[in-house]
Amino acid sequence: MSALEVGGKSIELDEDGFLADIADWNEDIAVALAKTENVDMTDAHWEVVNFLREYYAEYKIAPMIRILTKAIGKKFGKEKGNTKYLYELYPAGPAKQACKIAGLPKPTGCV
Amino acid sequence: MSKVPPAAELAKIDHQPPETPWMGTPVEFRPGTWCYSGKPKVVEELGLPNAREWSPADEDWKLPDGWQKIIYEGFKERLGKYRSLKIFMDICVRCGACADKCHFFLGTGDPKNMPVLRAELLRSVYRKDFTTAGKILGGFAGARELTVDVLKEWFYYFYQCTECRRCSVFCPYGIDTAEVTMMARELLHLVGVNINWILEPAANCSRTGNHLGLQPHTFRDCIDSLCEDIEEVTGLHIEVPLNKKGAEVLFLTPSADVFADPGIYTFMGYILLFEHIGLDYTMTTYASEGGNFGLFTNQETMKKLNAKMYAEAKRLGVKWILGGECGHMWRVIHQYMDTMNGPADFLEVPVSPITGTKFENAKSTKMVHITEFTADLIQHNKLKLDPHRNNHRTVTFHDSCNTSRAMGLFEEPRYILKNVVNNFHEMPETTIREQTFCCGSGTGLNTDEYMEMRMRGGFPRANAVKHVHEKHGVDLLSCICAIDRATLSTLMQYWVPMVDAAGVHELVGNALVMEGENERTTDLREEPLADVEGEDDAV
Repeated sequence: MSALEVGGKSIELDEDGFLADIADWNEDIAVALAKTENVDMTDAHWEVVNFLREYYAEYKIAPMIRILTKAIGKKFGKEKGNTKYLYELYPAGPAKQACKIAGLPKPTGCV
Repeated sequence: MSKVPPAAELAKIDHQPPETPWMGTPVEFRPGTWCYSGKPKVVEELGLPNAREWSPADEDWKLPDGWQKIIYEGFKERLGKYRSLKIFMDICVRCGACADKCHFFLGTGDPKNMPVLRAELLRSVYRKDFTTAGKILGGFAGARELTVDVLKEWFYYFYQCTECRRCSVFCPYGIDTAEVTMMARELLHLVGVNINWILEPAANCSRTGNHLGLQPHTFRDCIDSLCEDIEEVTGLHIEVPLNKKGAEVLFLTPSADVFADPGIYTFMGYILLFEHIGLDYTMTTYASEGGNFGLFTNQETMKKLNAKMYAEAKRLGVKWILGGECGHMWRVIHQYMDTMNGPADFLEVPVSPITGTKFENAKSTKMVHITEFTADLIQHNKLKLDPHRNNHRTVTFHDSCNTSRAMGLFEEPRYILKNVVNNFHEMPETTIREQTFCCGSGTGLNTDEYMEMRMRGGFPRANAVKHVHEKHGVDLLSCICAIDRATLSTLMQYWVPMVDAAGVHELVGNALVMEGENERTTDLREEPLADVEGEDDAV
């Protein structure tokens, strides 16, 4: 367990630097989490993070990558609906890096 | 998360044992070689004791008071309950036949990963507590006290065994190290020593019906999305029945097949197959998991998770169960289900509605493996297949540990592959069938913080793939297990880039000629097919 200092508050993280409690999330924390991943948050980054959070609110899990690419493509233009685009934004992988910034937990099981 | 050293560095493995005697060589908890502990919430959810924040890297593991006594009593109970454990503790003659058969020994050079020595970690304590010679002679009889260091050693090495049972194939006494590991893990659970990557999926499965924790509407959404993808490739609109009472067959598969790459393409293959033959089937959101991480936890959890599948089959009123490409599900079904929750008398002995074949081998569990089912369809000429559509791939087959060594399923997947793929090459015979090498990440060790050990454990398998990649241009490693599909992809990226992993039914799905489909220009991954005309010219 480690912690992230944001706005004078200490936010608890798990062993891999994911939020221990998703309820802690806000945009400042997202920016601070992005810094731990060396990601500068642009509008394009926020599009992905916001979609992840909307999906999570409805389905209680991060979307599978196919759903993510299809949804981003539909919402923001076909040229963005592919894994190559997502990896450009999140070089360590959209599943792990973008989910971390969005405050979502990691999926478990045979994955 | 720790960084994995480059492949060239990891491949330098020193098999020279340390100078110090094995009992005097303590474990070093280096990042990358152990898994995170169970989260307190998850431990509580499963009803396991001593839920707390702790880390294997800590000096103090916060063990409960009297933990030695707890382990002693637990050991005694299990020796009385399981004759196999008693026999495996007594009969090893240390011939060494198993020593170099373990993928973790081959990949680490650590002598405590020799199956004989791994079991000795437990046997030494067994001798001290339960044998006269050990009680009197102590160390001279190979006996030792259970100390904190010994407990830490158990944790480290019994989570460096994937229960793959390759060593058992070579043991003249048939000692099943997997069962030794299972017992050691059960004993560790009694004092709250555990890993999260196993317990969280088990808790998820108990709560929501699958390891991923997909809720019913999420499960539905994933399946619908994959059906959209099928439509993209084939032009066919297919709907997957869910929770349909009175269907003839209940289809169960690992939840990763509806969620994770590349299992999702295997799932598309299943769905195309069922559509092709007009199967009256249903899937379910209640028991939406074929796998069973209870097997990696303890008997009670395994039994509970397995029971859900049968309870759901009963509720839906199906005749029998068809199981997808999962590894350890089949170990549970084939070796434990019948005496644990069976016999499933409320179901019928499975009969293929298409060919009339009665699956006598499944007359007690009522559960048929999908490669048995598909191989039977092909043999009866019930499938229209165009193997040219897999010509862009050169394929080999990895026998998953559990389907091969726990159920002897060697021929069916190969028979299918022969019919759906034109370019197929076997890996060397000492690395396939009953001698197959583990993916290195089985028994719930497929977690990222354990990556160095996964790459080490998977080294012998990767080495065999590299051989056929270089010799025959193999670029696709097919298999019939969801953990394999996920972890072999990672293993290949590390050791043999340019080789992907895939389920057998993904290749079936590519080859199936569906009524009313558009001309296929891509495979299920939406990658272009080989130029068919060019191929024909070459013939």
